[in-house]
Amino acid sequence: MKKLFAQIYIWLLLALLYAPLVFIAIFSFTESRVLGNWTGFSTKLYGNLFTGGMNGGGALLSAVENTLIIALIAAAVSTLLGTIAAIGIYNLRGRKKQTMQFLNNIPMINPDIITGVSLFLLFVFLGFSQGYVTVVLAHITFCTPYVVLNVMPKLSQMNPNIYEAALDLGATPSQALWKVLVPELRPGMISGFILAFTMSLDDFAVTFFTRGTIGLDTLSTYIYTDARKGGLTPELRPLMTLIFLIVLILLIVINIRAEKASKKA
Amino acid sequence: MSNDYIIDIQHLSKSYGDHKVLDDINFYVRRGEFVTLLGPSGCGKTTLLRQIAGFVAPDEGKILLEGKDISGIPPFERPLNTVFQRYALFPHLDVFDNIAFGLKLQKVPAKEIEVRVKKMLKMVSMTDYEDRSVDSLSGGQQQRVAIARALVNYPKVLLLDEPLAALDLKMRKDMQLELKEIHRKMGITFIYVTHDQEEALTLSDTIVVLNEGRIQQIGTPTDIYNEPCNSFVADFIGESNILNARMIRDRRVEFIGHEFDCVDEGFGEDVLVDVVVRPEDIYFTTDPARCQFKAKVNSCIFKGVHYEMWVDTDDGYELMIQDYDAYPVGSEVMLYIDPDDIQVMHKERLCNTVPAKVAEDGVVEMLGAKFEASTAGFSAGDEVTAEFPFSAVDLLDHQEDGKLSGEVHFLLYKADHYHLTVRTDDGDSLWVDTNDIWDKGDLVGIDIAPEGIKLKARND
Repeated sequence: MKKLFAQIYIWLLLALLYAPLVFIAIFSFTESRVLGNWTGFSTKLYGNLFTGGMNGGGALLSAVENTLIIALIAAAVSTLLGTIAAIGIYNLRGRKKQTMQFLNNIPMINPDIITGVSLFLLFVFLGFSQGYVTVVLAHITFCTPYVVLNVMPKLSQMNPNIYEAALDLGATPSQALWKVLVPELRPGMISGFILAFTMSLDDFAVTFFTRGTIGLDTLSTYIYTDARKGGLTPELRPLMTLIFLIVLILLIVINIRAEKASKKA
Repeated sequence: MSNDYIIDIQHLSKSYGDHKVLDDINFYVRRGEFVTLLGPSGCGKTTLLRQIAGFVAPDEGKILLEGKDISGIPPFERPLNTVFQRYALFPHLDVFDNIAFGLKLQKVPAKEIEVRVKKMLKMVSMTDYEDRSVDSLSGGQQQRVAIARALVNYPKVLLLDEPLAALDLKMRKDMQLELKEIHRKMGITFIYVTHDQEEALTLSDTIVVLNEGRIQQIGTPTDIYNEPCNSFVADFIGESNILNARMIRDRRVEFIGHEFDCVDEGFGEDVLVDVVVRPEDIYFTTDPARCQFKAKVNSCIFKGVHYEMWVDTDDGYELMIQDYDAYPVGSEVMLYIDPDDIQVMHKERLCNTVPAKVAEDGVVEMLGAKFEASTAGFSAGDEVTAEFPFSAVDLLDHQEDGKLSGEVHFLLYKADHYHLTVRTDDGDSLWVDTNDIWDKGDLVGIDIAPEGIKLKARND
């Protein structure tokens, strides 16, 4: 009996979680402009998405392109900065280390809207003209702490002598970094990169406040504007379905890799 | 002069904050020698090794390698290699690439690397392991790879930081023999750090005994064992009976209430000294003519090869004896000690001596507290030196009951009492004779008997 309840509970929970996604996926295969009207199976919306044959199709595709480029740059730069920062924090002692870890955690807990507004004010104060560059800088800012958080555990697990061992065997500090430290930290850096990438991908608040008035759109700001104009563009349904599938596949690949790695060890 | 010395350490000191980890260290290592730095944990031996390797910069002093000061050279430019305590192999590289790491950095041709790595694998009995991941190896195998990784670079000196500490006893014994064999075959100078006195005695040509950042004694294993220079060394290396004694004249010493012939000279007449007698050097006899003193056996334990017995002597001293024959508990035995086996040592101190200040009539201020004492002949404000015997210091169970509080830092059993080193909360050391049983690390209150404190004018 108990087991049955447990089963029902978990399936109900999963159904609630995934219902919206399934809903969108199903209605991406029909032509109706209004979501919820089934007008027969069609892949026309997918076709429109790839050929740009729809209202404002170019704007949507450029928003997707912006989103991906910003996410890639932000993830790459914050992985670099975050890894260096993590190594620095790891080498601190006692009080200083605790303080730095605490300071690293605050931006992650801080609501996005506050991060967004304060960055907006900072850019205005510094006289930066807002646009692509400020959005990328803002994304790097809020992604870096996540990378630090992912790299720190790898550093703590590492034998503290291996960096010294590399120096001892004749490696200069930079050779020791590339030949020993980076390979050791790579799993943490990769998961930090992926996390930073997804954080950047779905950010709305920070982007909204730092993109300026030049008409720069990422996917999230595009959808927001689009919805305000009256109804979602139907082509967004296949787009979201595709993004979900890509993320799902990525996740499965990462899990399989992790499993293989743990079996090897 | 120093051409013969591959490493020459001169006046090396290092402090972390107020704590002096190494204090004026001086010693040298001859080419091809196996030198062990031996001491309890926290004595500074690892810091000393890390300074030679280049990971820690000395505050003062020089480290000469073949006559040239290397203390300013970074570790990657020193022709020395280290074997770390926890192996520190590179987990992302296989056995071959771990060993080849240093050679690849030196841009040694691939063919030569292959030859040298294989030769090293053979030396540490790990042939055919080159493709294995290091995580799949046992602790002992990982240690062999770590040794091969260091030796393949033909360092001028190999530094080993407690390399066997993480292995189990049996494996440790095997590895000791192998290390000695590798040292013999390669002819490379080894500097080895350990806290295990048996390991040091087994492996070394020369032992440097360290305690609290200072060198206590340098010598061959037999010198250190047979002729310890102070009670710390005698107690740390092997089992020993350490006794208060009085040098009557050259070659004649009195302890445990009896007089003995010995071989030591030059201590003077009627001088208080310490004496060490190893437990295997006290002999049983049935011949009343040879008997020097009598005792009663109070415990007897079989230790594998020998029996370990505690006896109470006729004058109330307790001694440890090791012998191949067992004597039943309660039996009366006759004992003697050969003159050769009595090692006489200078006492490090005869009483506690601390700087003090007369606070008012009958009160002195010292060690950060006020004590009653006779201040006859001095007036308030005088800077003086206070002396008080070991037995005048009283240790109390509760820290708050004493004028000072502290921690038992070191203890020595001297046949009828304990001689303790107590470290006060301010970091001063006091030496205490007591019949009570304390353990290392016990927190105690400290009081000093007023009648024991003697003041002396400071002459500086």
